Amino acid sequence: MSEEKKLILIADDDIDYLFQLKIIIESFGYKTITAESQNETEKIIKEIKPDLAIFDLMMENQDSGFILSYKIKNKYPDVPVIISTAVTKETGIDFSSATGESSLIKADLYIEKGINKEKLKFEIQKLLSKK
Amino acid sequence: MKELNLLIVDDEPGIRSGIKRILKSFTVGFPFMAEDFSFNLLEAETGEKALEFINNSNIDIILLDNKLPGIQGIEVLEYINKNNISTEVMMITSYASLDLAVKATNSGAYNFVPKPFTPQELKAAIEAITKHLYLKRMTMEMKKEDKKVKFQFLSVLSHELKSPINAVEGYLNIMKDKQAGNDISDYETMIDRALLRIKGMRSLIMDLLDLTKLESGPKQRHIQAVDLHEIAMLAINSVEPLANQRNIKIYLDADENIYYNSDSKEIEIIFNNLLSNAVKYNKPNGSVNISIKKSDKEIKIIVQDTGIGMTKDDISKLFHDFVRIKNIKTRDITGTGLGLSITKKMVELNNGDINVESIPDEGSTFTVRLPL
Ligand SMILES: Nc1ncnc2c1ncn2[C@@H]1O[C@H](COP(=O)(O)OP(=O)(O)O)[C@@H](O)[C@H]1O
Ligand SMILES: [Mg+2]
Repeated sequence: MSEEKKLILIADDDIDYLFQLKIIIESFGYKTITAESQNETEKIIKEIKPDLAIFDLMMENQDSGFILSYKIKNKYPDVPVIISTAVTKETGIDFSSATGESSLIKADLYIEKGINKEKLKFEIQKLLSKK
Repeated sequence: MKELNLLIVDDEPGIRSGIKRILKSFTVGFPFMAEDFSFNLLEAETGEKALEFINNSNIDIILLDNKLPGIQGIEVLEYINKNNISTEVMMITSYASLDLAVKATNSGAYNFVPKPFTPQELKAAIEAITKHLYLKRMTMEMKKEDKKVKFQFLSVLSHELKSPINAVEGYLNIMKDKQAGNDISDYETMIDRALLRIKGMRSLIMDLLDLTKLESGPKQRHIQAVDLHEIAMLAINSVEPLANQRNIKIYLDADENIYYNSDSKEIEIIFNNLLSNAVKYNKPNGSVNISIKKSDKEIKIIVQDTGIGMTKDDISKLFHDFVRIKNIKTRDITGTGLGLSITKKMVELNNGDINVESIPDEGSTFTVRLPL
């Protein structure tokens, strides 16, 4: 009996980055559904419950990723969320500190953009197995 | 190496010379500071003498004993506070007078070193206060020179520079892993996309060069009579290849001798940006109409296109750094979102104004007015 493939929702307004994530995540053996904007993502969330979501932080809004994370967790509390961002430590904004039980949980994981395949695979597996 | 003036205020000569010995060749450096700090050590044996130093020279840091023969340390501290003197104070007190230490920190002392102290303790205290001083001055500087805006600009810029690098790197990695097959033709679209992203990066660099023009300040402006017709022709020539590719016609309606007193580079930037947008965001077989009209009080430059246009909502966002309108019509057009913001700054440098009218799918009209 083969298990149903898990569905991963990916949102990013950089169409190249989105396309690459899709290819790579599909090569891990998952199904994907993609969106190019916060707006589009919100529409998808209304209809479909993915097994995991990866959101770009900055899309139409500076904090699109956070908004989406909040919305998806409101509707489906058990869907893990990864926020990916190209804004990093050097700029003084430390997103990693926003994780953890104590703070308002905004996402389960923050990753810096630039795809590291092995790490991504590992993190996705880890988050999916927690459920 | 930067030198900070450090004033030691203590009535006991032994303590003063002890502190001098410890700090004589001491330097403080942090990875985030541009340079290390060393200390120019000054001494005062009374509070009165300390005030003299404070009033007559720039003292950066004061190591202040409380128990002094005349006025007390805490009074020196209060004087500093009352007169808004920019100096950081570290109190030296014995553990027996912790109350005083608390009072001192409440009245603005940065911290205190308990007496007796080891050289390590003193050094650690000086290190902390130096860092504090540095950060405080940096924040003040930032506020003063609007560096904050610049900092924000830089963080968005780094984002904008990283995105194409990530995209190109991603495609190269996919090719390296032969993720889409073994045939080079399987990767054609990816190669095209990678090239497009590199092109985008190049235009970002060009826009940044235009921005440096603004940063160099008013002294660097070369004001002269600028031939607007000539500049318009130059701009047309430079967009012509792209216009031809998409069969877009460009028309210029201007008298041959309209001159405007300005820096020709600034006027070039204005024309180049408006014109390249009018072609970039146009439709195949569309057209661009440029008109330059002179009246008694102003020169009006109008660049009108038959392109994709913008909604009211889109227009309200324009003219700020890195703003690009994202929709299905613009997704394959590269750009930086800097052009219009630079243009606006150039127009304002000439005391003019710029505005836009647009109808989605019909076209846009940008109007620049330069006062005479
Ligand atoms: N003539 C135009 N027609 C339609 N949209 C335009 C026009 N000019 C500018 N825009 C919109 O304004 C945005 C900002 O323009 P600009 O600052 O020149 O940046 P860039 O062209 O590098 O994207 C563009 O991304 C585009 O969406
Ligand atoms: Mg432009």
